[in-house]
Amino acid sequence: MPDLLLELFSEEIPARMQAKAADDLRRMVTDKLVAEGLVYEGAKAFATPRRLALTVHGIPARQPDLKTERRGPKIGAPDAAVQGFLKATGLKSLDEATIQKDAKGDFYVALIEKPGRPAIDVIAEMLPVIIRTFPWPKSMRWGARSAKSGSLVWVRPLHAITATFGLETEEPDVVKFSIDGVEAGQTTYGHRFMAPGAISVRRFEDYEAKLKAAKVILDPQARKDIILEDAKELAFAQGLELVEDQVLLDEVSGLVEWPVVMMGSFEQEFLSIPDEVIRATIRNNQKCFVVKDPKTGKLTNKFVLTANIEAPDDGKTIVAGNERVIRPRLSDAKFFYETDLKTKLEDRLPKFEQIVFHEKLGTQAERIKRIERLAAEIAPLVGADVEKTRRAARLAKADLLTEVVGEFPELQGLMGKYYALAQGEDASVAAASEEHWKPQGPTDRAPTDPVSIAVALADKLDTLAGFWAIDEKPTGSKDPYALRRAALGVIRIVLENQLRIQFNLVLVWAVATFFVKKRFGVDLDDLSKIPTVDEHESKLAGPIAVVASREVTEPFNIGEVMRDVLAFFADRLKVQLREQGARHDLVDAVFSLGGQDDLLLVVRRVEALGKFLDSDDGKNLLAGTKRASNILAIEEKKDKRSFDGAPDAALYKLDEEKALAAAIDQVKREASAAVAKEDFAAAMSAMAKLRPAVDAFFDKVKVNDDDPKVRENRLKLLNEIRAATRAVADFSRIEG
Amino acid sequence: MDALPDHMRPERSFQGFILALQRFWAEQGCVILQPYDMEMGAGTFHPATTLRALGPKPWNAAYVQPSRRPKDGRYGENPNRMQHYYQFQVIMKPSPPNLQELYLKSLAAIGIDSAVHDIRFVEDDWESPTLGAWGLGWECWCDGMEVSQFTYFQQVAGVECAPVAGELTYGLERLAMYVQGVDRVYDLNFNGREGAEKVTYGDVFLQAEQEYSRHNFEYADTAMLFEQFKMAEEACRKYLAAGWREGGNQKEHLMALPAYDQCIKASHVFNLLDARGVISVTERQSYIGRVRDLAKACGEAWIHTETGRAA
Repeated sequence: MPDLLLELFSEEIPARMQAKAADDLRRMVTDKLVAEGLVYEGAKAFATPRRLALTVHGIPARQPDLKTERRGPKIGAPDAAVQGFLKATGLKSLDEATIQKDAKGDFYVALIEKPGRPAIDVIAEMLPVIIRTFPWPKSMRWGARSAKSGSLVWVRPLHAITATFGLETEEPDVVKFSIDGVEAGQTTYGHRFMAPGAISVRRFEDYEAKLKAAKVILDPQARKDIILEDAKELAFAQGLELVEDQVLLDEVSGLVEWPVVMMGSFEQEFLSIPDEVIRATIRNNQKCFVVKDPKTGKLTNKFVLTANIEAPDDGKTIVAGNERVIRPRLSDAKFFYETDLKTKLEDRLPKFEQIVFHEKLGTQAERIKRIERLAAEIAPLVGADVEKTRRAARLAKADLLTEVVGEFPELQGLMGKYYALAQGEDASVAAASEEHWKPQGPTDRAPTDPVSIAVALADKLDTLAGFWAIDEKPTGSKDPYALRRAALGVIRIVLENQLRIQFNLVLVWAVATFFVKKRFGVDLDDLSKIPTVDEHESKLAGPIAVVASREVTEPFNIGEVMRDVLAFFADRLKVQLREQGARHDLVDAVFSLGGQDDLLLVVRRVEALGKFLDSDDGKNLLAGTKRASNILAIEEKKDKRSFDGAPDAALYKLDEEKALAAAIDQVKREASAAVAKEDFAAAMSAMAKLRPAVDAFFDKVKVNDDDPKVRENRLKLLNEIRAATRAVADFSRIEG
Repeated sequence: MDALPDHMRPERSFQGFILALQRFWAEQGCVILQPYDMEMGAGTFHPATTLRALGPKPWNAAYVQPSRRPKDGRYGENPNRMQHYYQFQVIMKPSPPNLQELYLKSLAAIGIDSAVHDIRFVEDDWESPTLGAWGLGWECWCDGMEVSQFTYFQQVAGVECAPVAGELTYGLERLAMYVQGVDRVYDLNFNGREGAEKVTYGDVFLQAEQEYSRHNFEYADTAMLFEQFKMAEEACRKYLAAGWREGGNQKEHLMALPAYDQCIKASHVFNLLDARGVISVTERQSYIGRVRDLAKACGEAWIHTETGRAA
């Protein structure tokens, strides 16, 4: 079967867009082929800086013929109906229709055959549409044609299109189409500098080979392999080791069509700069790899560059040029680093008073003060030294104002640690500078040192409380302040360190700070100094009292904000558990018990509940509880009342009723005792004891007894089942 | 090229370097303009680029533009950072299909042979918030050094470019340093002579860098500058308002260029205030927005002028 070769030849495509573009091209073309009934055998797409290419092999030469039947009017139907039928189906007369029978009688049926079209024609129609609708992240217009609206947009100017279709054994045909003045043909071009001439290609095999002869390696993976292997070998030959960097490798391979790897060096004196700064300088600015000494693990004064040409002087000029560029870059970095070291971190803090964190949330200085206060509250809960925690919180963000971090934002935190150590700070205080930002994403680790944990939690909780207080919550896909990441960070820190924290006791400080600031314009600790604050309001200083003052709604209701933030944690926890393949509905079942603010306990309870529900006892109990709930719901609706309150033992008529009542009593007691001891497995085992009694009850007892008193009592008993299970979870929130 | 005396060779003298570029682009049909007679942060601000990029009429021009970046002053102590430097600017509208090839040839004309040097086009999306402009293109690398910017303008002064213009900006000092092989800008040979006759870049500009750094960071009169900003802003609006006429069956504008001068002025005054550190982070955005509003209004006026509109 024939193959398709497609190449879109343009000016330089941004490296970061190439892989996805190749993928999109393959997907769009093959999806469309299949939609047109052209089922292909295989497809592969490629990208270089100047071209997107696609090969699809094993495409049928023609679409299959399509046969459809169309039911027409009954025999003897009025002429108008017959004419309509003929017109719609394209039949010349009823002689061309067949007659079929069904229960209602005989009717005409038209057999419509739509002959398949040659695949090449179908492809010639679909390619321009695909090109015009190609999903580049950013695209542009160019040239004289851009004077008129509707001109082609592409990532950069598109210069040539190669499109051929045909069998391996024959000369393939050009897929004829043109788009905005670019005519599809079979001419492409080699390497921009080493082989710029036109190349005539027939099909994928000779295309790839001819490109290679013209100094273009089509396959990005092949370019990556060459760069990585050559770079490793260059380093190895010197007894050194390449610092591998996948992201950089991906980018560099998208900047060259013919990778030529070479090694350069810089002055030894620059090695006094921290390795990360050297690496960031060389990587970000020059897109070069750095090289380390395998014995010490420290960087050496070598770097590896990837050129796009084989130069007649073996690249001497290129290496010398790159060295000339890297030198002043490192010189700047060294200057920045040394300048930074001259100022103590705490001396930078006043500058934060000039920097607005958020219009409605004040300056960075205010924020740091809040974090310090909150971190000091958290410290004892996580076993951190309070004074160290305070110091760490005060200094943790100071490196944002350093020159190196200004130049390389990705080094924030890390530089803070270096500078803190350089000025003789305690190791855990210094570490917090780097650690308190963590975890930054799903692959990042969570902090483990208690001081770092306290600062990290304070930082994230202050952020969450603050944005909730000003009602800037994430909506849909919009989360400009990365609040979801902050909440997930808190969850991970708590779970991975097995921390027991009652979040309401911590959150209240975070939220109350914003409340007091907004309501009275002072810091939480200065509240008592305000003479105008009446007795009631001065109680606000005690955070627990704050929660009690529920009636205060200006500028916001503290209790409500706290509930909202906790609900946000619940949501994030659900997402987290879902991603781990755990049941997220159980999170709701636990949270809806109310008062659940200890995330670690929530998760343990969810785990125990999950195991219980996997057992037969659990499944049946859940079924029984749901049945009880359903009956109650119906009867409550019927009677327009609820059936709360203790059942009357005197009204029990049957043994099964009595047995259930006894079981509920016992289970309630045992489960509550187990929960109090935080032994959720035992609480679930206790629950299991409820099951036979519930089963027997439904087996033998008719709830809607003719005696209304008995009926009411039985409904109350059912309600007790629901109540009993609430010792461990709200079963009504469990799915299934 | 062989006929050139040694002291005029682009690799020997800064002025020879500039002349070589001018000559090259003149041969491509560009009009060679002289620098605009106002202080501006980049060659893009020159009306020959900003305004001429708008409207359907073809336009090909090249010129040197002194660029003032008050904040980049280093009192002449940094080897390559200055508050005043030269940009060489090329604009071709519509962008010709072979603009990349022309650019590479221009490098050859100043002594950069693409067979020996590693020339690369690296993604760089250009955006000027003050001009209400954006475009797509690259920074052009030579052996790992950024030597030019290459942009296909998509929008300028808030107006869609139709047709699109191609813009090239060469950092002249940096390129000349590379070609001459010097590491300090002040060591550039300016006139290509040797011995007593040699004039360096430092001879021409070092004192200016020191004086202007002092001015930009320490002494520029901020009260006056705040006032000047307001005055330029008001003048721009006044001239814009006064320039509109009902001509024939369409509106036309008769004073887009003088109005735009005031926009350039406001932009430079803002840069000076910024260097003096008297504009806070939040105010900064609002000042940039005010300049952009002027630029947009000028663009709108320009496309209703004789040169800016469709024939």
